[in-house]
Amino acid sequence: METFLGIDYPTLWYLVVGLLFSGYAVLEGFDYGAGSWHLFFKKDLSRRIAINAIGPLWDANQVWLIIGGGALFAGFPVMYATMLSAMYIPFMLFLLLLVLRSSAIKFRSAEKMLWWRKTWDIVYFVSNVLIAFLLGVVLGNILQGFELGENFSYKGGIFFSFLSPYAIMTGFTTLSLFMTQGAIFLLLKTEGRLHARLTFLLKKGMIFFITSFAITSLYTLIFIHGVTDKFKEQPLFFVLPILAFLAVANVPRLVSKKRYFQALLFSSMTMAFLLMLVAFQLYPVLLPSTIDPTYSVTIYNAASSQKSLGIMLTMVVVGAPLLAGYLIFLYKTFNGKVQLDDTSY
Amino acid sequence: MDVEILARIQFAFTIAFHYIYPPLSIGIGLIMVIMEGLYLKTGNKQYEILTRFWLKIFAITFGIGVATGIIMEFEFGTNWAVYSRYVGDIFGSALAAEGLFAFGLESTFLGILLFGWNRVSPKVHFLSTIMVFLGSMFSAVWIVVANSWQQTPAGYHIVGEGFNARAEVTDFWAMVFNPSSVDRVIHVWQGALLAGAFLVLSVHAYYLLKGRYVEISKKAFKIALAVATIFSLTQLLSGHSSADGVAVNQPAKLAAMEGHYEKSAPADLYLFGWVDNETQEVTGIKLPGGLSFLVHQDFEAPITGLNAFPENERPGQVNAVFQFYHIMISIGMFLIALTLYASFLWWRGTLFDKKWLLHIFAFAVLLPQIANQVGWFAAEMGRQPWIVYGHLRTDEGFSQEVSANQILFSLILFLIVYAVLFLLFIYSVNKKIKNGPYDEAKNPDEFLKHV
Ligand code: HDD
Ligand code: HEM
Ligand code: HEM
Repeated sequence: METFLGIDYPTLWYLVVGLLFSGYAVLEGFDYGAGSWHLFFKKDLSRRIAINAIGPLWDANQVWLIIGGGALFAGFPVMYATMLSAMYIPFMLFLLLLVLRSSAIKFRSAEKMLWWRKTWDIVYFVSNVLIAFLLGVVLGNILQGFELGENFSYKGGIFFSFLSPYAIMTGFTTLSLFMTQGAIFLLLKTEGRLHARLTFLLKKGMIFFITSFAITSLYTLIFIHGVTDKFKEQPLFFVLPILAFLAVANVPRLVSKKRYFQALLFSSMTMAFLLMLVAFQLYPVLLPSTIDPTYSVTIYNAASSQKSLGIMLTMVVVGAPLLAGYLIFLYKTFNGKVQLDDTSY
Repeated sequence: MDVEILARIQFAFTIAFHYIYPPLSIGIGLIMVIMEGLYLKTGNKQYEILTRFWLKIFAITFGIGVATGIIMEFEFGTNWAVYSRYVGDIFGSALAAEGLFAFGLESTFLGILLFGWNRVSPKVHFLSTIMVFLGSMFSAVWIVVANSWQQTPAGYHIVGEGFNARAEVTDFWAMVFNPSSVDRVIHVWQGALLAGAFLVLSVHAYYLLKGRYVEISKKAFKIALAVATIFSLTQLLSGHSSADGVAVNQPAKLAAMEGHYEKSAPADLYLFGWVDNETQEVTGIKLPGGLSFLVHQDFEAPITGLNAFPENERPGQVNAVFQFYHIMISIGMFLIALTLYASFLWWRGTLFDKKWLLHIFAFAVLLPQIANQVGWFAAEMGRQPWIVYGHLRTDEGFSQEVSANQILFSLILFLIVYAVLFLLFIYSVNKKIKNGPYDEAKNPDEFLKHV
């Protein structure tokens, strides 16, 4: 097998995909999170400001999902096909909610009528909450494993089996994590009464997060087998959960000092550490089979050819700096508090 | 209904819907680049007003294009799992390149394009407009390359057998420049530029008919007419070149397009007609030996017909392929005549005198849209029964673990959401048009000086 710096191509691609999904979680985390507070703001103006806080950014953030999806398809087609077809219903709902969410952003402020705005506000809120929740649910399902038979054929239930208790818990945890992230982001972008209200809401969000995180962690340790084994093999990785915990603990401190940007960095780090933890847990498996571990989808049996991976790694080396450049330019241009003008939503 | 049919309906419906918007965005993108470029060059406020006006409409089409495009990306996995595993090695890199190089460019600069008027300098704003336009042109490239590979595979080999068989890249550039991709990318681009130009023509023809915003409408109309004329004419060239390619690479498709059954005989060219798949007869108006002439420059040259292929290796819906193909071509010819005539009047200086012509332009916006849709239907249905031409059949490509009920469920949801989306699209574009550029200008007094 071909390697680069001593790491084989599938593993490198695993890192690329992991990085893309972490970027997605961090950036869309504050988008979806901000939206999940939407109905907690009472005034029309506050809601409008909240939408415009993500206004110029959300489309660029969404690119992480598109590239992540493309990267998964390109590098691990078997994983892409198996996961999406087995998780048919949650993914279809997820996609439709994405459509509703972007429509809400576009159309909400297009009309003056109160009923129009209220309807879109509800659509916006509900879609954000459910998107965050569903992403967590899918993650939970992956951690638990699928009923995969020979040739990656899915034997599990069809309609609502994806809503297992564990998945519901990971769903809530993800939602709470995103909401924390979103509230901090909005604090960074707003001032005045809305800002004060958010300071209050963020506290609630943190409590929500810590409770659901604690429950899910406990459940994981007790019910998801193999978790502790992994740590016994490589105790060094125990730093990941500790770092995640430290990063969370830092957030309220920074917020009370009004250092919102750093707070956002730390809550992003929490997310990144947790995802790394998941990645480390699974590696080199992508999708565990609950029927027989030999049926699991791994980075080796799911990967594209060496040649293809090599081409794509080259593309990433060329494309990633470009993309980073565009993003920095964009965020620089829209730095600072939201100011509504004639171009706003 | 069985899973395969439902999966096909769902895919066709969602992609056809997606395909209403990107061509408009690509086309309006070019017009905006021209308008804003003229504004920077001449400093004439009128061009700024036009740019800002079209930007608002662009924002809507782009937004819906993005929203519906994401669905497409994941639908491969949900509905066509076997196919996805089969082509992932090849198709995936095209999709990844699209995301990395095209959508990244588009979506980041879109933020600046839409919300940056008051934050960046006019030059930087113009640069963003160009970037978004280029990004949208690139996205068309990758997706059409991927689709062209399905039509005319190249630069690959098949590994494994049965369930584990899949195509792997052996030569990346041969894969990208497969026999049909260049022709089709150009043809699709031109179709998109036409869709945008005709929307602009339609809106400004409407204003001219109503006597509103006359001065700027004349300017915009001329810009769009120039674009439309160039691409109507060149569309014929790339279309012809595509058809030549089909004759070589996908003879069964070409035969279906003209309803040609005989194994090997000179083939006719129909202006219009009706194909009976049972009797293998076509009734209609034809140029005898016309197809032979177009392909071989010889009225007598034999063309491979449908009967040269086994029953289960040729398109089932011959008449549909025939009709879609002919509708596209008739529209293409009509657009050429229309734009040439209008350009002639422009040259004579009487372009805006003929009301009936403006009426035609007001409605002509639908024509490129229809041509784009039916062109795809002809291309895709003509490819049947293959999903990867010559290698994987469509009835083998769908997700085996998905049930008919699941697809039905999602299909109904799509129908509802897309219907709402479409109404919203029409409603808001219509409102923007009714309000006119007036709404967009910051200062009405300033504005009135210019219209
Ligand atoms: C404004 C839209 C438009 C117009 C006016 C035309 N076309 Fe077209 N055509 C398309 C939009 C389109 C398309 C939607 O872009 C297609 C579908 C698939 C593709 O690659 O391009 C297409 C496909 C397509 C194909 C099939 C290619 C394949 O299957 O690989 C042929 C042979 C032609 N066209 C030929 C023509 C000719 C001879 C035209 C006469 C002027 C013409 N088209 C006008
Ligand atoms: C199966 C086929 C297709 C898939 C999987 C697909 C995928 C996507 C995705 C994921 C997006 C959203 C990108 C973003 O957020 O910026 C998108 C938008 C877009 N797509 Fe498609 N697409 C398909 C067909 C096409 C075709 C045929 C064209 C053009 C010829 C096209 C051109 C575009 C453009 C220009 C955009 C930007 C949004 C817009 O302008 O409306 N796509 N597509
Ligand atoms: C690039 C990747 C594409 C893939 C993998 C793909 C695959 C498919 C599949 C699986 C179907 C259903 C089976 C069938 O052909 O009947 C289909 C049909 C269709 N596709 Fe494509 N397609 C692609 C691109 C496009 C694009 C960009 C369009 C643009 C509009 C398009 C238009 C259609 C239409 C109109 C049908 C209906 C034809 C039919 O049902 O027979 N396709 N395609």
